[in-house]
Amino acid sequence: MTSDLTAAPVAAPSDVTAPTHVAHPPVAPAPNNGVNLSTTASTPPAVTSPPVTPPPVQSSRSKAVERTVGILALVGTAFTVWLGLWVTPPDKVQGDLVRLVYIHPGVAWVALYLAFGLAAVASLLYLWPRTRSLFWDRLAAAAVEVGVVFNVCTLVSGSIWGKPTWGVWWAWDARLTLTAVLLVLFLGYLALRRIPAEPEVRARRSAFVALFAALDVPIVHFSVNWWNTLHQGATVLNPGLTLKIHGSMAWTLLLGFVALTLAFVWMLLVRYRIGVLEDWLAANELDLALTERQSEGGGPLVDATADRVGAA
Amino acid sequence: MWRDALLVAGKDLRIEGRSRVGLSQVAPFGIVALVLFAFALGPDRQVMAKGAPGLFWVAVLFCTVLAIQRSVSVESSDGARDGLRLSGIDPAGLYLGKATAVAAQLVVLELLLGVGIVVLYGARIAVPWMIVVSCVLATIGLAATGTLYGALSSGLRVRETLLPFLLLPIAAPVLLAGTRVFQAAMTGGSPATGMQWLRLLVLFDAVYVAVGVLLFGPIQETA
Repeated sequence: MTSDLTAAPVAAPSDVTAPTHVAHPPVAPAPNNGVNLSTTASTPPAVTSPPVTPPPVQSSRSKAVERTVGILALVGTAFTVWLGLWVTPPDKVQGDLVRLVYIHPGVAWVALYLAFGLAAVASLLYLWPRTRSLFWDRLAAAAVEVGVVFNVCTLVSGSIWGKPTWGVWWAWDARLTLTAVLLVLFLGYLALRRIPAEPEVRARRSAFVALFAALDVPIVHFSVNWWNTLHQGATVLNPGLTLKIHGSMAWTLLLGFVALTLAFVWMLLVRYRIGVLEDWLAANELDLALTERQSEGGGPLVDATADRVGAA
Repeated sequence: MWRDALLVAGKDLRIEGRSRVGLSQVAPFGIVALVLFAFALGPDRQVMAKGAPGLFWVAVLFCTVLAIQRSVSVESSDGARDGLRLSGIDPAGLYLGKATAVAAQLVVLELLLGVGIVVLYGARIAVPWMIVVSCVLATIGLAATGTLYGALSSGLRVRETLLPFLLLPIAAPVLLAGTRVFQAAMTGGSPATGMQWLRLLVLFDAVYVAVGVLLFGPIQETA
């Protein structure tokens, strides 16, 4: 009770002190009708808005490259699907199951060699003082993120293939195990990247983790090979690069590789561009929000005092 | 470098000697893990003896995560990490010192867990030297990688959850190799297989110790 009584007199003087703001010209003649409010809204805000650097714009050339690669990937994939599903014959032993060969090795090639290799090389180039640039960091991040998608596709398409041929969804075979370990390493890298930090600190940290993981891969490769091997040997990327299948099947397989590689490059380009925009947003988020807040109805400071004067 | 390493290792082991966190928390956790594995695999002693090598190394791996967390958290309060960096200690020496302290604790733990699998799981050791050598090599590998990742994650608020996720997959070859050597040493299997895996452990140790010695300075700057 007493607190209410004491609170009231304190509240009144605080309202009385408000007229110190009346000294400001736009607030003083505020008889609170619609016309006047609209004029205060049109006057520039009392607080100057912080400068916001404009978002980086994609050059028309890089836009063209991105679009071309995307279209090529789409066309290549469409042709692979057409050839793989309708034109090529079923296999003597595996029947229609063999059609997975046009997808699975290509996806695996992108996930295990291209994406991971690129991430490792880019991380190394970032760590090397002479080539240190956020370009390499963003490239590595984009490669890993797209690589995770392809890695999951590899495991899923492999499982679909494994169930009818081996009789199980998953076998603890060397290659499968290595792919799974790579996926976990990739995910760890992405988890680390999600932790907010200065771009340089994050880049350095992620590059170290990528480097340690890359050093681990050959060792894991040896160990799981000694541990267990069940998977068939590589069809295209075997030593000597001799094809073990022939005719339309071989061409479709190769086209699949090309299409999936193009799809990877396209995703990489897009993800890289998003990475640049993300960094820009992280650096300018607060300034942007401030500017937006101030543009809402002529600036919050002016409006608040106008309301108070009107109430008084 | 070596003198610095000894100083740092001595410091960490002294802290452990006074706080007894490893002895009173990490080691009992290892025993708890062994008991839980027994519950999971049933009371069949043959199954337990067969699984003993793998279970031993999984328990060691989990305890390694805890030991590394402890090794990092020792430096995290009172600006100890900055103090160490300012003291002019060679980063390579700091790395080797921290890793040595962790390794020393892990060796004690492995001794304890070794007794645990013999008593609880009925594991029988046919080739003792192989067990000892694999323990030493695997411990070096775990301490080397663990200290690296510990330093990388030391400044992060999500360290406790991130560290196991990053460290355990990297340490997968140690688990595989350790388990295989133990299997060879326990069943009295062919020493050739054991030797092959021991060589893999040597390679793993060499790679990560070298990386740590070379890169620990720059890694510290990321924290």
